[in-house]
Amino acid sequence: MNKIKVLCLFALVFSATTFAQDTLQEVNLKANERSLKQLKKPAANTYVMTKKELLKAACCNLAESFDTNPVIDVAFADALTGARQIKMLGLTSPYLTITEENIPSVRGASQAFGLSFTPGTWIQSIQITKGAGSVVNGFESISGQINTELLKPFEAERFFVNFYGSSDARFELNTHISQTLSQRWKSLLLVHGNARLVQNDMNHDGFLDNPTGQQVNILNRYQYTNNEKGVVGFFTFRYLNDQKIAGQKDFRDHAGFLHDGAWGSEINTQRFDASTKVGYVFPDMPFQSIGFQNAFSYHNQEGFYGLNQYGISQTNFYSNLIFNSIISNTLNKFATGLSFNFDQYGETVRVPNFVANPHRIDTSVGAFFEYTYDNTDDFSVVAGARVDYHNRLGVFATPRLHARYNPWEGGTLRVSAGRGKRIANIFAENQQFLASNRIWNVASGNGEIYGLDPEIAWNYGFSYSQSFKLFKRSANIGADIYRTDFQQQVVIDPYRANELSVQMLQGDSFVNAVQLDFSINILTHLNLRTSYKYYDMKTDFASGANQRPLQAKHRFFVNGEFSTHEHENGSRWKFDATYNWLGSQVLPTTTDLPQRSAAFGTLNTQVTRVFSKVFEVYGGIENATNFRQPQVISGANDPFGNNFDASVVYGPVFGRMYYAGLRFKIN
Amino acid sequence: MKNLVYLVLLFVAFSAQAQQKNKNAKVNVEVNGNCEQCKKRIEKAAYSVPGVKSAEWHIDDKVLQLIINETKCSVTDVEKAVAKIGHDTKNVKANDETYNNLHHCCKYDRKE
Repeated sequence: MNKIKVLCLFALVFSATTFAQDTLQEVNLKANERSLKQLKKPAANTYVMTKKELLKAACCNLAESFDTNPVIDVAFADALTGARQIKMLGLTSPYLTITEENIPSVRGASQAFGLSFTPGTWIQSIQITKGAGSVVNGFESISGQINTELLKPFEAERFFVNFYGSSDARFELNTHISQTLSQRWKSLLLVHGNARLVQNDMNHDGFLDNPTGQQVNILNRYQYTNNEKGVVGFFTFRYLNDQKIAGQKDFRDHAGFLHDGAWGSEINTQRFDASTKVGYVFPDMPFQSIGFQNAFSYHNQEGFYGLNQYGISQTNFYSNLIFNSIISNTLNKFATGLSFNFDQYGETVRVPNFVANPHRIDTSVGAFFEYTYDNTDDFSVVAGARVDYHNRLGVFATPRLHARYNPWEGGTLRVSAGRGKRIANIFAENQQFLASNRIWNVASGNGEIYGLDPEIAWNYGFSYSQSFKLFKRSANIGADIYRTDFQQQVVIDPYRANELSVQMLQGDSFVNAVQLDFSINILTHLNLRTSYKYYDMKTDFASGANQRPLQAKHRFFVNGEFSTHEHENGSRWKFDATYNWLGSQVLPTTTDLPQRSAAFGTLNTQVTRVFSKVFEVYGGIENATNFRQPQVISGANDPFGNNFDASVVYGPVFGRMYYAGLRFKIN
Repeated sequence: MKNLVYLVLLFVAFSAQAQQKNKNAKVNVEVNGNCEQCKKRIEKAAYSVPGVKSAEWHIDDKVLQLIINETKCSVTDVEKAVAKIGHDTKNVKANDETYNNLHHCCKYDRKE
């Protein structure tokens, strides 16, 4: 009971999670029902992934946790850096707002690798909102929002350990320890380490299939809860050190990159985070609360890719003050507040045709107001707007709207619209191209950022979902269509071999993303989920092309899960399989690789044996059909020549991968 | 001087009055009903009374939890509004015709 109270308190104040006003407590309390759930109540199209869902994949970190989920498209790991891109509505992660407990996290310097800096076991749940998003979390989101809730000291297990090992020689160790300091204070220590110490080259091109290296990631947090006074607070500290070494097998990092005949790459990242969140619920007015979040981070990445060098450091300070209350009654709620953001970037860029040390400071202050009407029955609407002053973007307004209507039993209709505006960090967001010897042609304009202008886009969405009974089993069909229209965009054009042109959009750029879903509970404990996705995209490139690279027009997804009945001691078997099919994709132009890829499918499977509430083991196969991209690297025989390009990855490079792990927990 | 005394008395009386009237009074009322449909109907009726800030009816114990602004309405106002759409409360009963018109699953067992 006390736990629930804490949850509610937390939810009331920070339910900002995607939407300040939606009742998150319900989400949390019902979380163990189904592992991936499209929420019925909120006005925005929101999905919640619980811990249970996260356990279904090898899932070593946040980037890999979307493998069993049709809402997010996971691209394959970049051969060199091992970084995985995610896409939503056909747009890559820079166009999403990714937050950790509602504090913007994967942005700026951490854009390329940030998702791999949150270990999977640290995650309590993930909320995914398709479309415009909430104004409470800023103006940057264009195609959606992903919020990750980490484990909380008051809810975490006393002790947890997870060990993982895989046939691609990656090992992970996760340890969680929570401690009760007093009735009101609890602490949690999360320690993660991973390493790949063995080189893999399954396709025999002389280059590693995935980088070797290691990561140490430590988080320590303290939670204060006082239910009588309505106060809850979180104080979180975190340190990360990550090292990746990639390239040719003969490359030795200690040899010094310029003096060695082999092509190699090394990326070292250090990051420090400190954040506080304090929430207060007015004792007489449970509908009124104040939340105050502050976060500081320092991120430093240094590295080289053959002869290219790239480094970026970012110092960020973020502050957000939210006041939640009602207008006359709880059917009419609002959230209003102020936010402040400071970013200091320093970059070192040594790439063909661009040698500079760009340095800049971005500062913004903003005020937001979000109104929610919910008749507690069949209709709700969230209308929000914010006005920001940004030293490079000027003064501008960001309006966003979401509405839900239930025309009849089981039917949910949603619409959304909103605007987003952001600065493109062209090097940090396109680091994969550093693994090529392309010449960078960055258009010199009068813009504020590398001579370029900010990106501005509108997103509109429409979705319908219907739950029903099919042969007495519950089933659901859904369809949604989202359109993103760019008014201003920084276009990265890879359609001339040996060259990468970066310039402002001249012409049209849009994405129409259609998703059709069908899911059914076939038998007790046996669920099937299928999705088809169609992307109609166009971007006018300077080279004359208009198709976006590395984007399949058609995608098909099937996931099946089965578990045996849970015994009293918690023991059971769990089985899971996911099949992903990707249609043909247009590839960046290189000298050796084809202009289009062939369609292909991948199959991932997993078995978990839960012995008791204390101990479980799991094992699985990723890419069970052993599909491999036929050729990955262009100009592999002369990695220092003009034709070298290792950035074109559209499928698995490694092939079949086996993994196994165990989990041990004490409550 | 006399006037001043009256004024002070009046002021004291007024502030005493104001103190009794809580702008966020938490009140629980028993309201009879059965199902989710009842819940929606009861809460809707409660919200229709100006001054009701929050209204949550619980199926398990048939209690309507209210937060009301007592300067704008009283518990009786809410009870009347709820009874008017067919749900008996502790102090106000619905008329038979309205009760009989309720959806069949909402026909709760009336007390007395």
